[in-house]
Amino acid sequence: MDLLFLSRLQFALTIAFHYIFPPLSIGLGLILAVMEGIYLKTKNPVYQQMARFWVKIFGLIFAIGVASGIVMEFQFGANWSAYSRYVGDVFGSALASEGIFAFFLESGFLSILLFGWNKVGPKMHFFATIMVALGAHFSAIWIIVANSWQQTPAGHHIVGEGLKARAEIVDFWQMVFNPSTVDRLSHTIMGAWQAGAFLVLSVSAFYLLKKKHAEFARASIKIALVIAVFASLMQLVTGHSSAVTLADTQPAKLAAFEAHYSESAPAAMYLFGWVDEKNEKVLSGPKIAGLLSFLVRWDTDKPLTGLRTFPPDKRPPVNFVFQTYHGMVAIGMILILITLVGLFSWWRESLFDKKWFLRILVLSVLGPQIANQLGWFSAEVGRQPYVVYNHLLTAEGLSKTVSMSEVVISLILFGIIYLFLFALFIYMLNEKISHGPSSEDLIIEGHRV
Amino acid sequence: MSLDLNAIWFGLIGALFAGYAILDGFDFGVGSLHLFTRTDEERRIMINSIGPVWDGNEVWLVTGGGALFAAFPMVYATAFSGFYMAMILLLFALIFRAVAIEFRSKKPSQSWRQLWDISFSVSSILSGLLIGVALGNIARGIPLDTQYEYAGGFFRLLNPYALIIGITTVALFMMHGAIYLVIKTEGELHDKIREWVNNAIIFFVICYVTTTMATLLYVPHMTETMKSYPVLFVLPILNMLAIANIPREIHHRKDWRAFLSSCASILALLTLFGIGMYPYMIYSLPIPENSLTIYNSASSPKTLKIMLIIALIGMPMVLTYTIAVYRIFRGKVKLEPTSY
Repeated sequence: MDLLFLSRLQFALTIAFHYIFPPLSIGLGLILAVMEGIYLKTKNPVYQQMARFWVKIFGLIFAIGVASGIVMEFQFGANWSAYSRYVGDVFGSALASEGIFAFFLESGFLSILLFGWNKVGPKMHFFATIMVALGAHFSAIWIIVANSWQQTPAGHHIVGEGLKARAEIVDFWQMVFNPSTVDRLSHTIMGAWQAGAFLVLSVSAFYLLKKKHAEFARASIKIALVIAVFASLMQLVTGHSSAVTLADTQPAKLAAFEAHYSESAPAAMYLFGWVDEKNEKVLSGPKIAGLLSFLVRWDTDKPLTGLRTFPPDKRPPVNFVFQTYHGMVAIGMILILITLVGLFSWWRESLFDKKWFLRILVLSVLGPQIANQLGWFSAEVGRQPYVVYNHLLTAEGLSKTVSMSEVVISLILFGIIYLFLFALFIYMLNEKISHGPSSEDLIIEGHRV
Repeated sequence: MSLDLNAIWFGLIGALFAGYAILDGFDFGVGSLHLFTRTDEERRIMINSIGPVWDGNEVWLVTGGGALFAAFPMVYATAFSGFYMAMILLLFALIFRAVAIEFRSKKPSQSWRQLWDISFSVSSILSGLLIGVALGNIARGIPLDTQYEYAGGFFRLLNPYALIIGITTVALFMMHGAIYLVIKTEGELHDKIREWVNNAIIFFVICYVTTTMATLLYVPHMTETMKSYPVLFVLPILNMLAIANIPREIHHRKDWRAFLSSCASILALLTLFGIGMYPYMIYSLPIPENSLTIYNSASSPKTLKIMLIIALIGMPMVLTYTIAVYRIFRGKVKLEPTSY
């Protein structure tokens, strides 16, 4: 256990915990906008009831998202001050833009969403919902811009040498649209839509199984299922596109995903496996030869850059990202299957009758959550040993004034507090779900102004 | 004082943190006063007075932090790594405040609510105190090495001067929060809080006078710009007038004017702080040569220019919907089913 490892562990813990919430606000934000939009169009009060119920869940998710998010804003400076000095000129502007363009929008209109039902008219409330959803998406845009620049730096130059070296912006738009921004943004947003949609599917399926709030649950499932099908299928497109970009921009990461060592051979794809990093081979995994080459280059015989091209100390931890990446892909495929079965049953008009399928839907909420986390672990650990790819090693980014004991203390405290917060979140979520949509919300047609 | 991009950003960062102090300041004030109320209904009114706005107010801190990162990365890096434990404590306080607001009224249990009431109040007081202590240390000066890294420990930050500024900040927020509550409440609670305002003003004025004396005696470099430009003395005078105006307006039941005076006072105090610091961002003591200034800590002119454009596009929008939200939620707090 060294300072570097503990600092990385703390960052991983705080960001992974935080990342439970933003995808839910992004996905649920979209769904809320759809629900209120349908209500305005049809005036069917069940959609109003739906929006009111999900806004309460949204508020809970948002609160913990904010509480855990503020940590992220300052942790760069606290634990990674050398990194902050190096990237501030570039990374800082994306982060500040997130505050100005996204957070203000989101939190400003959120108050109308949560407390404005009787203070503004239904159209204004709908507008506020759209603004909150937009704000959530904007925040994804800027944070992905910042993170993508770390993966595929562009639009900058390096000024100074040694300890004084730092990146400065040369071309802002080139920095914003660096080679991986669009792929990673679309992949992340779709993951967030999945998170929101499967939450709604899960809770609604639970009500159907319990034979409660049937009308509410059926209408909710239909909305969420449409979004879930779209987002899950889109992950094939965005995931594929991300892999193609990876092959060009971060070949070590892509090679590690499939444990592709050989420098000049076509790359295979494994269904699963275990990588023996010492002997540079995959133990016992069913594979399809040439599939990775085919998917990336449309040719099973085209060689892809292998891990042996890189000295061992410049390779990411291969087995770790192999597992996280394959876990993500496997879950992604299962989610596609679930949504297609759902779509098929909907067409056959048996969607709400199959108990086994509803049970699967109840559990499915975990799918996007785990896949989103695994995806981020693959992306971030796959970039190692660099914090800014090919520019700055993670070890070089550490704060010099923060001691081992300080990080140990803060790490333990974060661990305890986040465990407590998580328990509290699950407890409150459970309360709200058991309470269910309020029947009073069904009676109120239109809003008092 | 020439006006260049660095100076403009010094001002803009100051404006963001002033916005934060004015807006989240009354949130902290309400939290600090929270335990002085007794009944559950009163406490719910306290929390719901800031219910729709506290979250947006906190965004000023997040954006201020982001802007500091972008415009003066060296300051961002030095301050937050140097003040590591204090900073982690502040984050925990902010987390507990947010969670307490969200969860307190979600269950009827008395002990549940009592627990979150304490958490809300303690975290609000602690946040104000820590922010003040940080400002106090930056004003007084902290030891920086030639790499501009903090070369002291955690306990060095708890010096008497910084603690005085910390307590002054708590007092200022209490006064500010009490005036805000006068506007937002009615009936018995309103009358009670109206009396608190006077006590809070007395508490604040004692702290303010102590701070001023301590600064004149122990932190002479904060007064140098003032000496070179005596016209700036108009600021402390305006500040005094603003503070003196508060009890007057409260007495005449012009509560809004009292609140604006309190805002003006916070703005004046931070402007005085900015003038005292300029052109330093973090003053190095005992070796001033190692200080971080707006020049040796800044991003490239190109980035400062890009950020200026972003601020010019973004901030008018932010102000527009911030004002809109405050207008929608104006008036006395009424407890509703959707309230906290």
